[in-house]
Amino acid sequence: MSFRIGKKFTLLDVIIYASLILLSFICVGPFIYVLSVSFTSPDVYVPYQFYLVPKKFSLASYMYLLNADSFMKALENSAFITIVGTLIALAITFSFAYGICKQDMPGRKLFNTLIIITMLFSAGIIPDYMLMKNLKLINSHWAIIFALATSAWNVVVVRSFLKSLPVELEEAAMMDGYNDIQIFFRIILPLAKPCLASFLLIFAVQYWNVYFTSMLYISDPNKWTLQVLVKSLIVDASSDAAGMAGDEKRLPQETIRYAAVMLSMFPILVVYPFLQRYFVSGMTLGAVKG
Amino acid sequence: MSVNTAITTSVSSRKPFKDRTRQLWKNIKKNKYRYVLVFPGLVWFIIFKYVPYSGLLMAFQNFSVRKGIFGSPWVGLDNFRYVFSSTDFMNMVRNTLIIGGMNILFYFPLPIIVAVMISEVRHSKFKRITQSTIYLPHFLSWVIVYALTFFLLSVDVGLVNKALTSLGMERISFLTNKTAFYIIITCQTIWRETGWGTILFLAAIAGINQELYEAAAIDGAGRLRQIWHVTLPGIKMTIVTMLILRVGRVADVSLEQVLLIQNPLIQSVSEVFDTYAYNYGIIQGLTSIGTAVSAFKSVVNLVFVLTADFVCKRLGEDGIF
Repeated sequence: MSFRIGKKFTLLDVIIYASLILLSFICVGPFIYVLSVSFTSPDVYVPYQFYLVPKKFSLASYMYLLNADSFMKALENSAFITIVGTLIALAITFSFAYGICKQDMPGRKLFNTLIIITMLFSAGIIPDYMLMKNLKLINSHWAIIFALATSAWNVVVVRSFLKSLPVELEEAAMMDGYNDIQIFFRIILPLAKPCLASFLLIFAVQYWNVYFTSMLYISDPNKWTLQVLVKSLIVDASSDAAGMAGDEKRLPQETIRYAAVMLSMFPILVVYPFLQRYFVSGMTLGAVKG
Repeated sequence: MSVNTAITTSVSSRKPFKDRTRQLWKNIKKNKYRYVLVFPGLVWFIIFKYVPYSGLLMAFQNFSVRKGIFGSPWVGLDNFRYVFSSTDFMNMVRNTLIIGGMNILFYFPLPIIVAVMISEVRHSKFKRITQSTIYLPHFLSWVIVYALTFFLLSVDVGLVNKALTSLGMERISFLTNKTAFYIIITCQTIWRETGWGTILFLAAIAGINQELYEAAAIDGAGRLRQIWHVTLPGIKMTIVTMLILRVGRVADVSLEQVLLIQNPLIQSVSEVFDTYAYNYGIIQGLTSIGTAVSAFKSVVNLVFVLTADFVCKRLGEDGIF
């Protein structure tokens, strides 16, 4: 921060504050509009006109979605993948990272090289698809869960965090006769809580937002994840395409689309203000490593 | 005498093979529980990363699902030759370069500028609220970003076109316009990543010695000059490193981002290697061609990234590895 004498509010400050307010508005503003349309009563919403404040407030669009089988199924699918996926991802990443974080382990260099190679070069989507096909995981949520479970980058960041933990506690535990596994669960994991929190969020957000991987491996609309459903709601000309036909009261798609977008963002929006510092510290952990 | 000691020391410092193997086994046994911990992750990497590498063989075959990898005929580099000589290939290269180039020209400076601005704010509550709001888009899926793009630019129901019609003007179909495509992609990236990108630069700015500012002020530098002469040089290496790394990743266009917005009318300007692999390899089932394209892109990416890393290290900075 630059040094200045006195507390004058200069032109530079005005520019800076104005720009930042503008940027904040651009980031958040669109959602105010989306929110407003989603709460507009479908009776008064005319697709070709612009409203900022709902002409008539209504929860009809939301009720429609929450009662629509396809939407709730997709929500369920995403929730399952997110919860199970995050747990598995954390388990694999942290156990592997701790396993390779000590210097005196034969094969450590081999493991390190192994994972660095995967960071540099990947086989591509077609061999990945073939693998899932051979594992009979096509159209299964496990394909998504395992495909995104971890990555070399995640392991490297967690490992460098675990390396930075003080060794005295581990040494004391080893002298008391504990083995590595017990040390991992009783000592390392409690110490690694901030790192666990950050990666819990990273993985959870990753699984909740998944689109392409889901599109790639799942063709059965009953097994669609939330983002895939939202996308088809937006892109397809009629909401019939998402299997929501069979409703007597056909609401105009606009309000439903906007409500769907808000609903799919909802968990992240709710969690974000409280856990923001864990989101950020995860990034800084990564940045320190590079 | 000194030669003899030299020889005896060098020979005796290498323990005999038997002892070293015994030492190795002792180490393995000592670490045996760590191997248990490593096991799930290792299995995961082998199954989900290394086994697919063998799938790269399909790029050298005329792969048919019925015959499998071992039954399909080998065609050597024919698939690559086919791809390289097609117009699609030139399109893919051009599109990748344009998207990457615009990203570097228009997106890259923004997190730096915003980070400098944030660092100049004294009002800590304002700072925190601003940071919270600008980080948010990064956590939203590309589907949401596309949804917002659609709500804004759609020819039927988009906000912009609603405004145009109410002013009595013609509707414009942005999402099918070839030039607009590159602009839209860049704007999407800017919207989503600018805020998040400031984190790294803010950390770098925080590392600048405050005394340098005071010294500059004493020399008569106003705030702008202080920013120019202290802040920016202070984060110069961070900027250079990030730039090099960004250039190194130019081949890595976000598949989801492009795939969502892609439609037949803008196919020629939006096709990049990964989308080609998806559209032709998966959707149309041309497995070998798709694999060849993906493999090519991976190799190119690898070369660029390693070069970027090398250049960074030559400049004295840490690379990625």
